[in-house]
Amino acid sequence: MKKREIRKILIANRGEIAIRIIWTCKEMGIKTVAIYSEADREALHVRYADEAICVGPAPSAESYLNIPSIISAAEITNVDAIHPGYGFLAESATFAKICEDCNIKFIGPRPDVIAMMGDKVEARRTMMAAGVPILPGSPDPIESVAEALKLAKEIGLPVIIKAAAGGGGRGMRIVRTEQELPGQLEMAQAEALAAFKNGSVYIERYIERPRHIEIQVLADEHGNCIHLGERECSIQRRHQKLLEEAPSPVITPEQRETMGAVAVKACKEIGYSSAGTFEFLLDEDGSFYFMEMNTRIQVEHPVTEMVTLADIVRNQIRIAEGDDLGYEQSDVTIAGHSIECRINAEDPEKFTPSPGRITAFNIPGGPGVRVDTAVYPGYFVPPYYDSMIAKLIVHARTRELAIARMQRALDMMVVEGIKTTIPLHQKIMADPKFQAGDFSTKFMEEFGKETAGGNSA
Amino acid sequence: MSENTASAKAKEKTGATKSAAAAKKGPVAKPSLNMDELRELAELVNEHGFTDFEFENENIRVRLSKMTAAPVIQAQPVAATFAAASPAAASTTAAPAGESAADAVPSNLYEVKSPIVGTFYRSPSPEASAYVEAGTKVVRGQTLCIIEAMKLMNEIESDNEGTISEICVENGEPVEYGQVLFRMIPKD
Repeated sequence: MKKREIRKILIANRGEIAIRIIWTCKEMGIKTVAIYSEADREALHVRYADEAICVGPAPSAESYLNIPSIISAAEITNVDAIHPGYGFLAESATFAKICEDCNIKFIGPRPDVIAMMGDKVEARRTMMAAGVPILPGSPDPIESVAEALKLAKEIGLPVIIKAAAGGGGRGMRIVRTEQELPGQLEMAQAEALAAFKNGSVYIERYIERPRHIEIQVLADEHGNCIHLGERECSIQRRHQKLLEEAPSPVITPEQRETMGAVAVKACKEIGYSSAGTFEFLLDEDGSFYFMEMNTRIQVEHPVTEMVTLADIVRNQIRIAEGDDLGYEQSDVTIAGHSIECRINAEDPEKFTPSPGRITAFNIPGGPGVRVDTAVYPGYFVPPYYDSMIAKLIVHARTRELAIARMQRALDMMVVEGIKTTIPLHQKIMADPKFQAGDFSTKFMEEFGKETAGGNSA
Repeated sequence: MSENTASAKAKEKTGATKSAAAAKKGPVAKPSLNMDELRELAELVNEHGFTDFEFENENIRVRLSKMTAAPVIQAQPVAATFAAASPAAASTTAAPAGESAADAVPSNLYEVKSPIVGTFYRSPSPEASAYVEAGTKVVRGQTLCIIEAMKLMNEIESDNEGTISEICVENGEPVEYGQVLFRMIPKD
């Protein structure tokens, strides 16, 4: 039973995700409003949307993160809802609250839920209370070396010391023996102070070779919630995902059921609504631990869509209209295997950004190939925003067939005028460990060392 | 245009092609270009990678302009028609491709652009008279209009000194960031 009808949506984003949202809006007969910075005047989402409003100059802070500008644009175009995409304001509780205050439906969960999951310490506490396994660790910042040693014994070595105010891999130190703990603790505190102006650190169990497994959930505003299975996202470089797949080559149906049930239960406890993702670390013995929850649609959502035939954006919009979810868990089936490669405008070896004009662009077609992109021949890739220019997604009946399909698709994808990471993905697809499904988040570190040794893929 | 531009070279080549084509067709050359000849011209332009091409004779003047990109070979279906012409398109007038401004602004006029997104109002309230009219002399810091954003009335001040020559937005119309609100003749 719908609470409101959404006839027009403002997309508070750019690039491929803005196009993604426009696709589904067109299919649902919903009008779209694009916002753009002066640097994005020629962007594809601006051309495809029904209306477009320039909201500021190139820098994101003055355009895509400019809340007054975006809300003004929503008001003058009289939209019913705003879809924030991913990144930018997608996880801003402030922005969600302002939308609410201005009577514009924010397509996502409630502001208080966004705030709760955005605070790492709060999120851990809430998940623990909801029965979600979390990494054994100190609940509060470490006060003394003695406390640290005591905790390390309880948790079990190895442990990792992390900055309470930090993230992105900075201010982290791994401790493998009791002897090195005091020294590492002191260094971690000093680094945290220098980087985040806050020397507080906490300790967690450290998993040597984890896999990054995440569960996609969908929840309506009436307490119904299901999961759409997992995604395997262990192939990362410096904590940035390079490629993802669904299902994971190692997750069994039983594990899927267990992890999914844990995620759904947590959603119901916190009153979650819309699409969301639970990120877990999977240890080699199969135990899994909560890392964080992303209260938005994710970059890699297409692989889940391919294997479940779901349209996650469509579900988000229906949920925002107050509609019933309409699915039972038993309705969800996983069919075949899907892989997504993120194609970035970067040097495939040095990873330096490569903005510039695309002079030739030929996307692969054929069975089981999907390309989510906002670039076109003649398009100038601006230097102001993230470097991802396309997502190349394949779907096939088995993982082996999906890999062969991805290799074929990568070979037939032509992007000229800028450098891209296509050659890197070709090397990864050809890697025997990748093909065997035998990898952890350490894969890219080890991969880099091997290829630096001078062998061609 | 200098003699070694693509346009000049194309003139010569097209002249040659045209007369060759004309010779093939028959003794009497047609006075203006037909669709086949236009197509040939377009192909020639494309083949040689020219971005701009002009041809003129006593009967017709043709200008072809194309985006500086290779044609898409096997694109996903693209619904939108882009502002810039595709390589095969031709125009019998001097209309350039969509990138250049439709109306060229005389270089001495100063443009006041909107610093925010909102709704444009010419006066502080519906009953009051407009802040400025065409011909009004304004100084730096003088309020020119109101832009309403999120229920707040923002006074937009002039960042230059001069005489208003054009009011570019209607009262009550929405405006975006960077949109031209006024044009003025700056005081030297």
